[in-house]
Amino acid sequence: MSLFVCSTAIRLSTFIKVLVLQGLLLFGFFIIRLNEINITNLILLLLETVIFKSIIIPSFLKYIIKKNKLTREAEPYISNFSSIFIFTFANLILFFLANTLEGGVFQNIYFVGAVSTIFSGFFLIILRHKIITNVIGFIILENGVVILSLAVGKEMPMLVNLGILLDIFVTVLVLGIFANKLGDVFKEGEVDQLNQLKD
Amino acid sequence: MAIIIYLAAVAIFISGILIFRKKTTNYIFSILFIALQWTFNVYEYNHRNIEQLQYFNPDSIGLILLFVLSIVSTASLYYSFIFFKHTNDTPRSKSIYFAALITLITSLSCAYIANHIAIMWIFVELTTLSSAVLVYHNRSSKSLEAAWKYLFISSISVALIFIGILFLGLAVQEAKLDGIFFSVLLKNATLLDPFWLKAAFLLIFTGFTVKAGLVPMYTVGIDAKDKAPSPASAIFSSAIMNMGFLGIFRLFEVISKTGIHKWACMVLIISASLSVFISAAYMVRVKNFKRMFAYSSIEHMGIMMLGMAVGGIGYYGAILHLILHSFAKSSLFYQTGAIFRVMKSKLIKDSGNYFGYNTFGAITLILGFFIITAMPPSGMFVSEFMIFRSMFEAKYLWLLIIIVILLCFIIWAMGKNLFKLLFSKLENAQIIEKDMEKISFVESIPQLILFLTVIYIGFYPPPFVQNLIQQALVNLK
Repeated sequence: MSLFVCSTAIRLSTFIKVLVLQGLLLFGFFIIRLNEINITNLILLLLETVIFKSIIIPSFLKYIIKKNKLTREAEPYISNFSSIFIFTFANLILFFLANTLEGGVFQNIYFVGAVSTIFSGFFLIILRHKIITNVIGFIILENGVVILSLAVGKEMPMLVNLGILLDIFVTVLVLGIFANKLGDVFKEGEVDQLNQLKD
Repeated sequence: MAIIIYLAAVAIFISGILIFRKKTTNYIFSILFIALQWTFNVYEYNHRNIEQLQYFNPDSIGLILLFVLSIVSTASLYYSFIFFKHTNDTPRSKSIYFAALITLITSLSCAYIANHIAIMWIFVELTTLSSAVLVYHNRSSKSLEAAWKYLFISSISVALIFIGILFLGLAVQEAKLDGIFFSVLLKNATLLDPFWLKAAFLLIFTGFTVKAGLVPMYTVGIDAKDKAPSPASAIFSSAIMNMGFLGIFRLFEVISKTGIHKWACMVLIISASLSVFISAAYMVRVKNFKRMFAYSSIEHMGIMMLGMAVGGIGYYGAILHLILHSFAKSSLFYQTGAIFRVMKSKLIKDSGNYFGYNTFGAITLILGFFIITAMPPSGMFVSEFMIFRSMFEAKYLWLLIIIVILLCFIIWAMGKNLFKLLFSKLENAQIIEKDMEKISFVESIPQLILFLTVIYIGFYPPPFVQNLIQQALVNLK
């Protein structure tokens, strides 16, 4: 779990590897958590995490990066040191908050992991100015939501399934159509170029 | 069962439109769809409050919105045909447009009558996808930007709603209830843990503000309404905003039975008054008619939320305002389509002398101006008056004064821009008056009908509308 959190904290040039790692880790969580649920459900979830999250999405992102020649690293608005610092600090606060909450219904460790993943997703979306980094931030956010649904939804497999299916659907659409088009139209892929619409 | 038939028929229509890609098939399937939509609507009205397929339950508030949607979508499809008469889109993009519009209307209908919050969430997601396709209709870099922003921010908001649903699920598990059905939540509201309920309300509220057009996440909605074709913008600023309202309303109903009702009202009041403020601030310096109307929608949604937060007669006023605003605003968006065809521009500075070029449309627009600013012949005057009265009774006098001052700014800004369009001299040198398109008066008649409906429903609400509104508010008393 801590590896997971750290891997999102470093996130500079190795985004895609991080995504693969996250997909595999999700696979691990599912094995630990869901072995008591019926077998088709299990297979569906595992296929989704392994094949979709750790193979298809990363390779698709790689394709987009290659196609649009985005060789430069995503430079953040604030320095690396301060971003790691802020992130660690936020995680500490999250840990304490989660410990003050009552356990029982959910396991604290999953909950903390999920919330910090969601947080890092937002962090990426807000503080980076490449479109592709925003998309990666969104995928990390979605991963966080999946973990959260694991932490919370022990008795709601339907909800977990729904969330994951829609997750697939949206990411395919967001990535497939629009990210590609944006790459074609706005060559640099900087968010700053998306400022034509304003008052 | 009816819902399955409805969805299957819609699927057939959409695939028909996408496969044949002809003008006539677009016509035929759209007309068939409208017939289907009305049949479905009447069927649901006759089976109200009966659970269907376990996950759907057409209650009164859902039915009100369904009726509004059916009326607006009929008009929107009519104006879509007019829109395509004057553009040279390829058959492919036309058929994609119609398929997306029909998907949007269908998913909105299902979202209105869903009884389970996760089912509603799925249809909300579907509306996001189909409306992004509509926003991208023009295939320009600006519309791409708008579509991207809309899709991205909406996806984030949908993820937020899902987190909220999970928290709600926690509360439900702790209370040992079965499933997150709205009806179950309403019955057992007091059993739910207030902490999780608060967290869920905050997240779900924030998520739905994208659709409803409230602070904090109103921005992408403005871009979407600006860039989509005007018949689609009409649906964006009526039916989709209503869906956002409904999402907040359903949870608010549950919360109003618990101890955190006051807190939730405070959240609504803060967001609503900021929305009115932002709308006023942008209205004064807006440069484009469609964006102006989009900001005006934000103002009206803010006023509705104030009515919801304050309570009393404000509840009734808010629902009435919701209905009337949907008709008035969609009809104004249809008129912007005609304005664009005459002036060849949406910009306020390029417009003028509309009264001379399209007299009947201009008269409709003047009527629309009075209706949307809630001046006395308008039915929205009645609903706004109810909301303000409830604020007065609930001792929110200072807030009321501030809101009224902001409304004055909005009326002034809107009047200035619209009267420039109507009466001032045309200064756009690129337009030659002889080439200017003549707009037939027939086109403005549906708008006129919608405006007159607003006046009629405002002053003499038919008994069945009154009944529906009162039944919708049963849980809030």
